[in-house]
Amino acid sequence: MKVLPVAGKFASIALASLLLAACSSTETQQQEAEAAQAAAAEAAAAEAAAAEQAAAQEAQARAEAAAAAKQEKMEKAAAAAGRVFYFAFDSSALTDQARVAIDAHIAAMMGNDHRIRLEGHTDERGTREYNLALGERRANAVRDYMVANGVPGYRIETISYGEENPIAYGSGEANWAQNRRVELKHAN
Amino acid sequence: MRFFNTTLLALWLVACGSAQAQLQIEITQGIDNPTPIAVVPFAWTGTGAAPEDVARIVDADLVRSGQFAPVERRDMLSFPSRGSDIYFRDWRAINSDYVLVGRVEPAPSSRVRINWQLFDSSREQEIEAGTVEGSVLEIRMLAHRVADAVYETLTGIPGAFATRLLYVSVTRNPTGKDFYRLTLADADGARPIVLLESREPIMAPSWSPAGDEVAYVSFETSRPAIYRQNLRTGAREQLTNFTGLNNSPVWSPDGKQMAMVLSKDGSPDIYLMDLSTKRLRRLTRHYAIDTEPTWMPDGKSLLFTSDRGGRPQIYRYDLASGAISRVTFEGPFNARARVAQDGRNVALVHQRDGRFHIAVFDLVTERLTVLTSTDLDESPTIAPNGSIVLYATKRGDDSILGAVSVDGGISFSLPARSGSVQEPAWSPYIQ
Repeated sequence: MKVLPVAGKFASIALASLLLAACSSTETQQQEAEAAQAAAAEAAAAEAAAAEQAAAQEAQARAEAAAAAKQEKMEKAAAAAGRVFYFAFDSSALTDQARVAIDAHIAAMMGNDHRIRLEGHTDERGTREYNLALGERRANAVRDYMVANGVPGYRIETISYGEENPIAYGSGEANWAQNRRVELKHAN
Repeated sequence: MRFFNTTLLALWLVACGSAQAQLQIEITQGIDNPTPIAVVPFAWTGTGAAPEDVARIVDADLVRSGQFAPVERRDMLSFPSRGSDIYFRDWRAINSDYVLVGRVEPAPSSRVRINWQLFDSSREQEIEAGTVEGSVLEIRMLAHRVADAVYETLTGIPGAFATRLLYVSVTRNPTGKDFYRLTLADADGARPIVLLESREPIMAPSWSPAGDEVAYVSFETSRPAIYRQNLRTGAREQLTNFTGLNNSPVWSPDGKQMAMVLSKDGSPDIYLMDLSTKRLRRLTRHYAIDTEPTWMPDGKSLLFTSDRGGRPQIYRYDLASGAISRVTFEGPFNARARVAQDGRNVALVHQRDGRFHIAVFDLVTERLTVLTSTDLDESPTIAPNGSIVLYATKRGDDSILGAVSVDGGISFSLPARSGSVQEPAWSPYIQ
């Protein structure tokens, strides 16, 4: 909004110089006057540009601060959502709960340049090699959902551990449910 | 003198071997009327102490088969080492149907020779006799070869005692990363050797058809990759390092190719690698999970697990035609097949009433027989003589090895002294 008055001032100076040029009696006088006019115009323009730059910087800083605050909020929301997403037995379908958590991470990732690693895991039931494939399917399900919602694929690495590296060592559904998961880890 | 030193070395190795032995054997079920056989302590004709109690090893092998009952040494009235010294009446008196006697003698170049004779105590006749010879350091293997010959003489089935096992042992670390060790041991669990140790998973070990190389998956680079390792030279080669799964390496019966699972082109599919050119050929092409390939002994087709029908089942891939046909239909889950050398019996993991058991599927009659009653059984592997299926199961929070005869009549377990043991792979006959 400060730009308009500056432009107005510049315009009035230009107009004045035109009027003065029309009134001059000799060429020398005219030249001197023109030089003075040009200097004045230059000074005014520099002043205007500086003001403009300061204003822009101020605006940018304010925008950046706002974005950073927003991003921080997003990152906090993502952290609060947790980095582990759980699955049903022999399933790689994202649960509603997992989607909400992943959405928070997607929102955070849209505002940063982090690369992530998605580690797929299964419970101990079934065979190890099939479970390795199932763990990959789970990691890919999370990746595909993220990519579909705007996260560039090159920022996501997936790996499956199958039933290796369980969180809970025991048997029974309470333990198994904790192990059927995808863990999100920051790669850099 | 040189031999004496070698004997000391052998004794030291044996002592260390038993201190490290991770697997113990517990027989849980044998046949109803096992045949009593007296394995008389073998005479040692060299100087100093005998390098190994050969008879003890032979006896343990025969008893572990579930088909033989031991005769305790304290019940033996004499310890003959030659047929001419046997008083058959004494052995009939303690109900020994058969008597095995033998002598261990030193041979040049740190070798030993074992002569054995098997007698029928009621007919008072020698049934079979033999000699095995080898390095004193391999005396346990020589003893297993005696057991193999005796077993074949009495059952008609070649023994598989002089073979080895590969398995992954895991030491858990609840506060950090687990310890994985790829371990090689004799088939009786003795003499374990760690081939590879890692804080990252080691999976899917398998044998080359000659038994001189192994392949496995290691996550040591933080991503899975397939490696092969020569057991004689220790030389190791990384075969794959693709994005996604690099899993389930299995040698073709002629040793020239390796089937494996890769997901580099999207979903997990079965590929063949020519081991001389490293060129890959993609066999399956399906958005479902195709995994756990295993070769038919004739090398003309492979079995694999796929959930292309909705749930995991066994399918067959014919290499000549590329045709894929479904093999198993019974139950909601049949996976991780291993085919016996007869090309007929297929050991697999079968789910029944929500529990995972080891079953045998007969490719001819298409009959499926569940062999185990435990839950969470996995990774079946068949002895090269087709008689026993070894597998992993759970005891408490640990994984242990279990074994069951293909007819289900005999079972035993091989718990580790500590930690978990998983993914056993029984070697072929070793030349």
